[in-house]
Amino acid sequence: MTQGALLEVRRLVKHFIRTRGVWRPPSVVKAVDDVSFAIEEGEMFGLVGESGSGKSTTGRCILRLVEPTSGEVLFRGENVLLFSRARMRQARRDMQIVFQDPYSSLNPRMRAGDIVEEPLIIHKLGSKAERRARVADLFSLVGLETAHLTRYPHEFSGGQRQRIGIARALALNPALIIADEAVSALDVSIQAQVVRLMLDLKDRLKLTYLFIAHDLRLVEHICTRVAVMYLGRIVEMGETRALFARPAHPYTRALLSAVPLLDPDAPRRRIALDPGSFNPDAPLKEVGASHWAAV
Amino acid sequence: MAAPLLDVQRLTVVFEGSQSTVTAVDEVSFQIAAGETLGLVGESGSGKSVTAFSILRLLQPPGRVAAGRILFEGRDLLALAEREMRQIRGARISLIFQEPMTALNPVMRVGDQIAEALTVHGRAGKREASARAVELLDAVHIPDARRRVRDYPHQLSGGMRQRVMIAIALACHPPLLIADEPTTALDVTIQAQVLDLLRELRTRYNLALLLITHDFGVIAEMADRVAVMNKGALVEQGPVRQVLRAPVHDYTRSLLAAVPGTGSGPGTR
Repeated sequence: MTQGALLEVRRLVKHFIRTRGVWRPPSVVKAVDDVSFAIEEGEMFGLVGESGSGKSTTGRCILRLVEPTSGEVLFRGENVLLFSRARMRQARRDMQIVFQDPYSSLNPRMRAGDIVEEPLIIHKLGSKAERRARVADLFSLVGLETAHLTRYPHEFSGGQRQRIGIARALALNPALIIADEAVSALDVSIQAQVVRLMLDLKDRLKLTYLFIAHDLRLVEHICTRVAVMYLGRIVEMGETRALFARPAHPYTRALLSAVPLLDPDAPRRRIALDPGSFNPDAPLKEVGASHWAAV
Repeated sequence: MAAPLLDVQRLTVVFEGSQSTVTAVDEVSFQIAAGETLGLVGESGSGKSVTAFSILRLLQPPGRVAAGRILFEGRDLLALAEREMRQIRGARISLIFQEPMTALNPVMRVGDQIAEALTVHGRAGKREASARAVELLDAVHIPDARRRVRDYPHQLSGGMRQRVMIAIALACHPPLLIADEPTTALDVTIQAQVLDLLRELRTRYNLALLLITHDFGVIAEMADRVAVMNKGALVEQGPVRQVLRAPVHDYTRSLLAAVPGTGSGPGTR
């Protein structure tokens, strides 16, 4: 699709095999079903969908936290799915993930400073003193007080914990951040602060984001391009503005019409999804300038 | 104007610890008229759920109501005996929660759970209650209700479970339903369906709704009036249009500004 993209995902497939006892054949869940997209350097690319759409599995396949069934994941032109374990570990320095739940994703028995330092130890970077200095820098970078380095996760609020997760992700100077519902569990005012931080860091550190979310209002607000997933496939993709203004796929239309509007007097037209109204196997085709839909 | 259905007067709830006492709800007052929807909005820890639990007298120690009155249909709920309160819960005031999986009994068929709501309050005999369960499942638009009454909660999707919760809550036609983040755990398309259902049932049964949420979008879709809570106190209260368009309190303004897509959020730089 694109030349020189930072990340390009080609025909990614992840099937989960579910055994159903001895006598019945196992069933196959197509969690990710032939997904392709490319993210340019410096982009904030949104991947949206409802639960079970395969958006998180896609994110995890890129980092090989789950092994894809087939396809290619090109990072700076190299297919990371062919990397050895050691090579993959190196590659993960450039690709980091921030998870949704700031409560379960941080080790409760480690101090905040140690949590942020751990990636540096794993990758054997710097002396102890250098690492300590780096952690202190990271703390101030994400707006945490260095006085709180020795605190445990439970002593922080949800928003602060997510900042710890971000600091840890940034420790190795990555180029790509996969934010998997990174602000979904936060209260709206805290969410706004963390999003502002992420946008600020994007500019300051030249980061590229794969922003996985179910909140369409948020994605519309911060992403330059967006892909909509439904039942393991991308059904629509394009520039955020064009896609939200002229949704082409019936699922995107239904999804957008379901978002509650803030204006009590705005006209509301709920569009129900009729699964018979589209071909689930249709390939993406261009429906406008930089705008594709599987119609 | 007639007396309101629910009249909460200077409700104060405290949680007593060994060292200190926390005031979770601080002199909160609001009213709900019959058939009206009041949206109670605030962030986590603002005291909105504690307020709901106090109305139903479901607060667990160390939480307790320290002061105030809760008048419902003219009676002070805080002065009632527990036996009298049991006749109100589920029959006159019902509650639905965010997580329908934990609120439903996992080892009981959903039809039996709906029927139980009727028999407990002596509204129907066993056989009649079973028939009513089918009607109620039908009323909340669960397809093939006759068969679905025999399902267990784990056989239903999240949206369907929330419909079952609503069916149980409305079995006795209560005049007031308290909905505590009823759609927070649901996908946006399922949320839209559940909100549509609540809107429909509200009209059909002339139901008053205390809708607790952190989502101003849901408030805008559903509420007649809105009350904003912050750190246990009501900071603003008024008709939904007025509060959303011209918020007076700084906290309301900051909450609205934080909603993505309202022009002053993070991306507008």
